[in-house]
Amino acid sequence: MDAAPVSAPLLDIRDLFVRFRTDAGVVHAVNGLNLSLRRGKSLGFVGETGAGKTTAALAALQLIQSPPGEMTGEIFFEGQDVMKMTEPEKRALRGGKIAMIFQDPMSSLNPIMTVEEQIMEMVSLHSAGAGARERAREMLTLVGIRPERGKDYPHQLSGGMRQRVGIAIALACEPSLLIADEPTTALDVTIQAQVIDLIKKLQSEVRTSLLLITHDLGVVAEICDEVAIMYAGRLVEAADLRKLYKKPLHPYTQGLFDAVPRLDADPDEKLAVISGLTPDPTDLPKGCSFSPRCPNVRDLCRERSCGMREHEPGHFVDCHFPMQDRNAANRGDGQ
Amino acid sequence: MSEREVLLDVRNLKKYFKVHQGILHAVDDVSLTISKGRTLGLVGESGCGKSTLGRLVIGLLEATAGEVFFKGSNVFALDEKGKSGFRRDAQIVFQDPFSSLNPRMSVFQLIAEPLLINRVCRGRREVGARVMELMDTVGLAERLVTSFPHELDGGRRQRIGVARALALNPDFIVLDEPVSALDVCIQAQILNLLGDLKKEYGYTYLFISHNLSVVRYVSDEVAVMYLGQVVERSGNRVLFQDPLHPYTQALLSAVPTVDLDREKKRVILEGDVPSPVDPPPGCRFAPRCVRRGERCTLESPLLSEVKPGHFAACHFA
Repeated sequence: MDAAPVSAPLLDIRDLFVRFRTDAGVVHAVNGLNLSLRRGKSLGFVGETGAGKTTAALAALQLIQSPPGEMTGEIFFEGQDVMKMTEPEKRALRGGKIAMIFQDPMSSLNPIMTVEEQIMEMVSLHSAGAGARERAREMLTLVGIRPERGKDYPHQLSGGMRQRVGIAIALACEPSLLIADEPTTALDVTIQAQVIDLIKKLQSEVRTSLLLITHDLGVVAEICDEVAIMYAGRLVEAADLRKLYKKPLHPYTQGLFDAVPRLDADPDEKLAVISGLTPDPTDLPKGCSFSPRCPNVRDLCRERSCGMREHEPGHFVDCHFPMQDRNAANRGDGQ
Repeated sequence: MSEREVLLDVRNLKKYFKVHQGILHAVDDVSLTISKGRTLGLVGESGCGKSTLGRLVIGLLEATAGEVFFKGSNVFALDEKGKSGFRRDAQIVFQDPFSSLNPRMSVFQLIAEPLLINRVCRGRREVGARVMELMDTVGLAERLVTSFPHELDGGRRQRIGVARALALNPDFIVLDEPVSALDVCIQAQILNLLGDLKKEYGYTYLFISHNLSVVRYVSDEVAVMYLGQVVERSGNRVLFQDPLHPYTQALLSAVPTVDLDREKKRVILEGDVPSPVDPPPGCRFAPRCVRRGERCTLESPLLSEVKPGHFAACHFA
């Protein structure tokens, strides 16, 4: 967390809380999230439905509506606290410096505007002058769509092409951070492979940093350098990709890996299941929020959570009793 | 291996839909068999016709041509009595447990509905006992009996769907993407449940999914569909170890895995799945195929036994 200016993170979320007041009670969506992303890196932000991943991303863009939302904490982007920005500054940030790709490319595009116009809209919002149409054509080519297709409406394109348009809009203003919220979840597997390939290619060409929100550990393995696992509104584990995949330390992370059916596993083996459900965000358990489902739970866990600590250099975990060096062989630890 | 009794035998099944632009070939000449107590995994991408096929075999849709034999009798030629018997024996679980359950019915009403319609229980007490038994079988706590679907999470809702399908003691269940709408942890719970039920009651499943890892996990045999046709079919292990059809190979290589050390040869298919409306002659996969030859655009390859028990529809397999 030291602020050496050279390696100062691009995005630094500190102690973020987001709550929503609803009729059913206060929903604790994000509970003390600390997350930082360095320039040029790609971070996989993993968790199940309702873990607060998207809420955290929307908070970074200052898109949490208040009321009913309430935010506390600090979010630094390029060293500036976005919580303290003025409304025009925030508007310049959104789409300009930080761009977002959404899960469902059908509902995130405007159905009554051609895709070219939608890219142009983004360009002219953030930069003055002519050349928006040229830029739009350039972007379409970049994402692998023939520029003539720019005259098409979203419904005339396939799901994969729509998502490419989403990516073109997001990257049109050369943002320094791209937030991709489940960008491939709605796509078929062969189209997903195309989009993953495109994101990887663009990341190395455009050098945008990437925050990839997903529930799919496989997609993270394809794209990201670092991983953060979220559970009930806070991080439970964070490390670089190899460290975390080779040796998950948090029992929840372990459970996530075990629950995924694998192409190379013995199909006669039963899937290991984390018992129970993710906690109700209006009524979080005391102590560690994973304790009611944890196979290794002890009394201490029910009293208080551990807090994030560096268990090994560069490998952070929020658990009193991290997993031991278990079946490393299982994960193909050949050499 | 295949000494088992064949439960479902699908022969040259076709389903065409007339649409604005022409004739949509949703299912185009599909033949397959499922033996009693086995699971056939049916894999393919959106729009390949796998759900249509699932609906055809249990009689939810009327076929354009072809035959379906269930326990040896032609399903399409059954009389009314035979038909209602077949509808009891062949059930379906739908993909989305949010939209496939009536939001105004309680868990009890939802599970009791098939029992009441088919008058299989005598008296209220028997219905009540059977509902409780079914809830226990699928792992729903008794206290949820008065809950409504919106009060439950996706996993529990899908358990209701399973309980409804099991209510009439079927032999055969079509599972149409039963876990696609669920989170991985819940998905694992439902997959284990389906496995346990099969072991205990000897159900036969047609498991439809776009997720290869899931199909690999649940199936005894696998059929891969592309644009209305089965392009490859074989035993589970063989298909995943030694896929013969270039589409299956591409599909397998496209699955993102959590194994960092597995050497992967990525085959990225160009373009999108073409339209199933009035498909051109020749192999349906030819426009995207890496191995495409001249013959492929002229002549449609037939599904043939390339190796014992391993069928593929490719001129070069």
